Amino acid sequence: MLSKRLIVCLDVRDGKVTKGVQFKGNVEVGEPVEMAGEYYRQGVDELVFYDITASAEGRPIDIEMVREVAKRIFIPFSVGGGIRDLDDMREVLLAGAEKVSVNSLAVREPGIIADGARAFGNQCIVLGMDALEVGASESIPSGYEIVVKGGRERTGIDMLEWAKRAEALGAGEICLNSIDADGTRDGYELTATRMVSRAVEIPVIASGGAGTSEHLARVLTDGEADAALIASMVHFLGFTIAGIKGELAAAGIRVRLETGNAEAD
Amino acid sequence: MIAVLDYDAGNLTSVACAVRHLGHEPEITRDPDVVRSAERVIFPGVGAAGSSMESLEKLGLAAALRDAHSAGKPILGICIGCQVVFSSSEEDGGTNCLGLLEGEVVRFRFAEGSRRKVPHMGWNEVRFTDPHPVLEGIPAGSQFYFVHSYYVEPAEPGVALGMTSYGGIDFTAAVAKDNLVAVQFHAEKSGPAGLRLLDNFLGWSP
Repeated sequence: MLSKRLIVCLDVRDGKVTKGVQFKGNVEVGEPVEMAGEYYRQGVDELVFYDITASAEGRPIDIEMVREVAKRIFIPFSVGGGIRDLDDMREVLLAGAEKVSVNSLAVREPGIIADGARAFGNQCIVLGMDALEVGASESIPSGYEIVVKGGRERTGIDMLEWAKRAEALGAGEICLNSIDADGTRDGYELTATRMVSRAVEIPVIASGGAGTSEHLARVLTDGEADAALIASMVHFLGFTIAGIKGELAAAGIRVRLETGNAEAD
Repeated sequence: MIAVLDYDAGNLTSVACAVRHLGHEPEITRDPDVVRSAERVIFPGVGAAGSSMESLEKLGLAAALRDAHSAGKPILGICIGCQVVFSSSEEDGGTNCLGLLEGEVVRFRFAEGSRRKVPHMGWNEVRFTDPHPVLEGIPAGSQFYFVHSYYVEPAEPGVALGMTSYGGIDFTAAVAKDNLVAVQFHAEKSGPAGLRLLDNFLGWSP
């Protein structure tokens, strides 16, 4: 039986992992390569590197960092945030990433999903989408609208319409981030996650709002997500990967309980 | 020398990183003569059976692989490299494959409305059914990372090494015969269990 995946997100700014804390801006939490090795040893299933400066300032992804990570961890990881075109995708994949994640780029140029899938395979292309609850209307029937620029800009695109279109274009996975839940630590957006998971046949990763293992358990069962993404819980709140997985297993959720090897670095 | 086959079927960086981590320098190659002279061969890949076979034939690597196989060199197929060692695949409207093992590669088929996702993507347990030197030291119940829409159906039951369940289908996740081992999962991305298998393969004398 396929396990539910636990994915840790590392937001990288100026070569350091940072985490947005509500109303406080970003705080530094550590070295990306070291942290990747530590979470690998703890038994994380997958990692996501999100280069938050790359997109905002139009700077390229730190490819050397991707290479260093690939030498130290032997699980899948994806890179997103600063992908501008097919050449960027190729560079990141050749540096050792398993997948690339596109978000606002795909909203501007949906064709990048199809081009990336054709060039590198569907399994390489993760569509990240930020959804905001706006209430159901004629133009937004699901009640959730796609937003970009960290939620600052609405697009007029319905969440479910976008999820289905991305799947048809060749996205291999969808990472659904709830702007409403993000940073609250009050739990994932279960309704939106379940809606997307039911609308598409590709795996759905839930993102935004995790504060306890119970939150993960709920989104992986009631929310029907295939994977749950976390950041603060392990960066600041003192949770360990093994601890979270132990609680998920105790709740009857199938997870991978092996841990990474000590000689990772 | 350890040859890692480069035939435009996806990304070889992770395989190369894993082999280097285990203390060996891989030679990533598309030269059939290098494959013939290699001590052992890793045959990775992602993508479709049709385009993979086309590249292998065009580059002369299909013949080189058959030669390496009949010369008794240890060969490890991974993912698409596990599939195309069989006789044929349903993918791309039917593809003739290398035929190093007898059997067919078929697509996951689930009932309409079963809500099973294809590809089978993520971590899943492999139940090893037969002991083999490449499995030494891998704990029972270990999970490995899979990404695939097709799976192998060996014609000789004795070649299956491990089974995995997905959506009510029990499929063969690992096979071995003589000097050939092939795994459907990405050993290079499967954490310590996958590294152990790779390390065992790198030290294996069939």
